Amino acid sequence: MKNFTGRIIRYGLLITALSSIFFLGGIVLVLMSNAFPVFKVVGFLEFILGIDWYPAYDPPDYGIFPLIMGSFWVTGGAILIAVPLGVGGAVFLSQVLPFSFKSVIKPIVEILAGIPSVVYGFFGIKFLAPWLVRIFDLPTGLNITTAAITLGIMALPTVLSISEDAISSVPGEYKDAALALGATRWETTRSVLLPASSSGILTATILGISRSIGETMTVLMVAGGAAIVPRSIFDPVRPMPAAIAAEMGETAVGSPHYHALFGIGLVLFTITFAFNLLAYYTTRNFKGRGN
Amino acid sequence: MKISHFVLFVMVLSLVIFSVDGLAERDRNSINIQGSSTVLPISQRAAEVFMEKYPHISISVSGGGSGTGIAALVDGVVQIANSSRFIKLDEVKNAVASNIYPVPHRIAMDGIAIVVNNENKVKELSLEQVRKIFTGEITDWSQVGGDRGAIVMVSRDTSSGTFECFYEVVLQGQRLSPRSQLQTSSGGIVSTVNTTKGAIGYVGLGYLDGSVKPLDIIKEDGKVVSPTSENVASGVYPVSRPLFIFTNGWPKGNTALFINFILSLEGQKLVEEVGFVPLY
Repeated sequence: MKNFTGRIIRYGLLITALSSIFFLGGIVLVLMSNAFPVFKVVGFLEFILGIDWYPAYDPPDYGIFPLIMGSFWVTGGAILIAVPLGVGGAVFLSQVLPFSFKSVIKPIVEILAGIPSVVYGFFGIKFLAPWLVRIFDLPTGLNITTAAITLGIMALPTVLSISEDAISSVPGEYKDAALALGATRWETTRSVLLPASSSGILTATILGISRSIGETMTVLMVAGGAAIVPRSIFDPVRPMPAAIAAEMGETAVGSPHYHALFGIGLVLFTITFAFNLLAYYTTRNFKGRGN
Repeated sequence: MKISHFVLFVMVLSLVIFSVDGLAERDRNSINIQGSSTVLPISQRAAEVFMEKYPHISISVSGGGSGTGIAALVDGVVQIANSSRFIKLDEVKNAVASNIYPVPHRIAMDGIAIVVNNENKVKELSLEQVRKIFTGEITDWSQVGGDRGAIVMVSRDTSSGTFECFYEVVLQGQRLSPRSQLQTSSGGIVSTVNTTKGAIGYVGLGYLDGSVKPLDIIKEDGKVVSPTSENVASGVYPVSRPLFIFTNGWPKGNTALFINFILSLEGQKLVEEVGFVPLY
């Protein structure tokens, strides 16, 4: 009987372990089988590089380049905000603050990661957008800059937390040796700690990117939603996740537009998958160096 | 071990049988409705009053968009699909392939008002001017009699029923400027136009609540018409559309009862109550 219970538990756990692989496989399969019909209507290159996104018109155009550029600009802006703030904060937490403070402040920063994205969107629309309109005298506050700042704040806990782990995991002897050689604390940080933890910081950046690029609700609310290739950082854009979320509900199931949205999903999935894979390799690298 | 397997099997089986049986029982007295967010308030209000009259029938209403509703009808998940646009050819083909024969029922009319920020001086525009604004030919309010300032176009997603009506009547087949911003709901358009000084958008009459200014339309013969229920009902106001619900085949039983209720004088009063234009 004991043996029987043991087997049930073992198989139960095996099923739970396999289920996530099963779900991943299922999602990829559904994504691909629903995306491919669109490539009968437009070629793959035309789909990726076309600059006109008019899926509901007659004749339609299925070029998602403006949407890719929208994601690119918003994510790039978010990283420009999250990485300096996150790495700076990580240095401060690990090198300047005494340990007792750090154990209070780090969890507080990590709470930022638990705020629902719709709340960030709300903050962007009601606070940030009107504020930017007033400062820069813009026609609209829903644009790349607003989206990038909001996403940057959202990616901040990821970047800060992982960077802090990386800096803290640099062996103490490195720091001691540098200080013993007469380097100041800043010189030690800049020339010893940051280079030694660079692969961890890189991992943090990559995870920050994949966090930002897949974020949907916030960009749907604050990015403005114009399907254009932006020329200025105050142009409204429609990043890929926003396009999918906005258009899926009203689209006729099985139409080329429907399949095109799955095509966008496939492109998005490929990009985040590539970034996560990259993060996986840099993490291994950074763990290896920690030893 | 064998015995416990068998017991488990019987338990699961009986659970499945009982629940299916229970569902079937409930199914006979329930109506599921899904579809357009525009039509949602009508069917919600109608369902509330209807369920008070017929307490043994339960109606569940959800939104999700016209496409979602029609897809649910084709899948056989719902008895009624709300739609703010007519069914598309692709959707009919899908339906017939799954042995579903969608029947349209017109339940109300909706007028679409062109709205601007309350601070905007412009009071009226011709449809041609509105078209040129949304295609990107006119970019500054001073070109149409307003104060200087960039025009910010706010549009619904191009697959929504509201956009479809705007596209046919106002854009007349021309392409919306890609610079127009996108909102996924009429409520989103109202709040964006309310907070953005140079904004122009379009929403159904039901969404006019004073927080944005509806523009009068100058018709080709020079007459100026306001977007009001009376003008939509009489057909003078040009930007209007019928709202539909779709059923599989000619409705029977409870579904027919519910549709007759919406089309009754009482039902049409409710249509008016939630901000749309009754059929009669």
